[in-house]
Amino acid sequence: MAIEQGTLQPTGELTATKGRRIYRQITGRKYLVMVCLAATLCGTLILDISLGPARLGLWEVASTILMPGSAEVTTRVIVWDIRMPIALMAVVVGAALSIAGAEMQTILSNPLASPFTLGISAAAGFGAALALVMGLSIIPFAGIFLVSANAFVFAMIASMTIFVLSGLRGVTIETMVLLGIALVFLFSSLLALLQYIASEQALQQVVFWTLGSLVKATWPKIGIAVVVLMVTIPLFVKHVWALTALRLGDDKAHSLGINVRKLRLQVLISVSVLAAAAVAFVGTIGFVGLVGPHVARMLVGEDQRFFLPMSAMTGAILLSAASIVSKMITPGAIFPIGIITSLVGVPFFLSLILAKRRQLW
Amino acid sequence: MKLSIERLILPATPRPARWHGPTFSVENVRFSYGSTPVLKGITIEGIAPGKITATIGPNAAGKTTFFKCIAGLLKPEGMIRLDGTDIRDYSREEITQRVSYLPQESPVNAVLTVFEAVLLARKHTLSWRVSDEDLRSVTQVLEDLDIEDLSIRFLNELSGGQKQMVSIAQSLVRDPDVLLMDEPTSSLDLQRQLEVLDLIAHVTSERGIVTLISLHDLNLAARYAAQFVVMDHGAVYASGDADAVLTPQMLRDVYGVNATVVTNPDSILQITPIGSIRSKKSRVAAVP
Ligand SMILES: Nc1ncnc2c1ncn2[C@@H]1O[C@H](COP(=O)(O)OP(=O)(O)O)[C@@H](O)[C@H]1O
Ligand SMILES: [Mg+2]
Repeated sequence: MAIEQGTLQPTGELTATKGRRIYRQITGRKYLVMVCLAATLCGTLILDISLGPARLGLWEVASTILMPGSAEVTTRVIVWDIRMPIALMAVVVGAALSIAGAEMQTILSNPLASPFTLGISAAAGFGAALALVMGLSIIPFAGIFLVSANAFVFAMIASMTIFVLSGLRGVTIETMVLLGIALVFLFSSLLALLQYIASEQALQQVVFWTLGSLVKATWPKIGIAVVVLMVTIPLFVKHVWALTALRLGDDKAHSLGINVRKLRLQVLISVSVLAAAAVAFVGTIGFVGLVGPHVARMLVGEDQRFFLPMSAMTGAILLSAASIVSKMITPGAIFPIGIITSLVGVPFFLSLILAKRRQLW
Repeated sequence: MKLSIERLILPATPRPARWHGPTFSVENVRFSYGSTPVLKGITIEGIAPGKITATIGPNAAGKTTFFKCIAGLLKPEGMIRLDGTDIRDYSREEITQRVSYLPQESPVNAVLTVFEAVLLARKHTLSWRVSDEDLRSVTQVLEDLDIEDLSIRFLNELSGGQKQMVSIAQSLVRDPDVLLMDEPTSSLDLQRQLEVLDLIAHVTSERGIVTLISLHDLNLAARYAAQFVVMDHGAVYASGDADAVLTPQMLRDVYGVNATVVTNPDSILQITPIGSIRSKKSRVAAVP
């Protein structure tokens, strides 16, 4: 190798420049997509708030949000006190479910993983039904949060079951997914049992709850949901590279210095809290946690620095859009959002899969 | 040859002026999966840095298990010393920085571009904002392996051989002191096999590192490796240089193969297999 010291440096410079160019090419597109989706989310949020018995203009809504002081009192009450909690709940819950699904798919290396497929939603449904049918509370004095608290506790029971069993010898990530599916069946049966013995009135409430609904959203509930997001997201952010590396397989991840088992358990706990909180407030909305991450993956790939915020946005947009559609179908009465999410989401998702330009998983 | 060894620049981390390479040795390493002993006391003294050491042996000899023990994926009994200290006494960060392991097979269905995947292999230096140094190293290794044109292709859309090239890039980009590669060339075409081993040999001597490669192609091993460790049934059958190790006797004992070993004009051993001991037996049995 007859390279003189002097010729080394320019080669290195040239390589660095080329590297920067390729890197910018890869990330530039992702930033662009993120900006577009952020704009879309703002759009759906405003549209969602403008819809309802009293029609409001988009501009009216936007200006009432930005400058509540200068808006008419009735408009301000409609926007801020009535519609905003529901619209924001859709955004927050959509983001939470989608992030939960994204990280579940990541740590379990499974495209089918989501809060729904791991039994977390089913368990929450059972917990809620227990409160609605039997008036049984797991946490004493839960008051107005009775149903939500019960749902949360049971969702956590489901994920802790998976968590504890996953610590056993010989339990692989595939087994964890199987365990989750077994839990779905278990809690669905228990829920059916409750429905069977429930009174007419309680039954109606249970059905309504399991279909998923945003109408009971209030500012305090949104506050709690946001706090849960704020508490769990830092863990994912701290481990962005490790989580991305997990998708290269356990052996590679391990040799990159990642404590794979510990990371998997930490993330599983956070994701469970996130999913449990989301489901506890709005009921069983299954589809978002599965599809949000897939759409995000199609758009920006799996570098978690982009994948994580992107999943949050796709989930938020999906649920926000579902809220809009549910209002447009039946003006006045609000349709259960869970139904709409699947009805609108499935064709959308199918079209994406069929139009795909690259492999999804 | 398209290989760009001439453009290979010196290692990213400056080494001490009188760097003689790491010292590496293995003492009585034993490992069992459950109650099945797989490694039954592996001892290898002083693997010289700067040269490729080939780990050879038949299927299920324990090569992969041995590599996983060195890489810290499995916790064996016995000692694995790097610079005199057992690897378990190093922190996770230190081991990650010093030892790079290329698994025999790893599932790659991640939606990442090749560039991102190789960048990810530098996880120990990455922060949220990616540094110019990281970008330079990645580009350099892609150039060296002649796979720059794959930079913005997605991993899950590559051929088996292309994926293997990416894995090789991932282990080289880390600039390790100990390089472990488990069958790195198994899916590569002939030209790529030669190019990759040329590059690995060059990197090994240039940086003075310890390189252990498991290979099935003994002629390729004979061409590129200076030292050999022959494993059989979880033990070391023999170790040493090519002349001492690559003998018809070894091929019969370990591989169950009759073969001739001759020295080529370029003084590299050439192994020509004639037939399996087993198949000869069965043929004899089949003919009345
Ligand atoms: N995860 C495992 N569990 C149980 N036995 C294993 C496992 N991995 C490998 N083995 C066994 O250990 C032995 C050595 O395997 P391995 O190290 O992969 O051999 P090689 O890489 O030389 O082909 C084989 O008999 C194999 O069946
Ligand atoms: Mg092997």
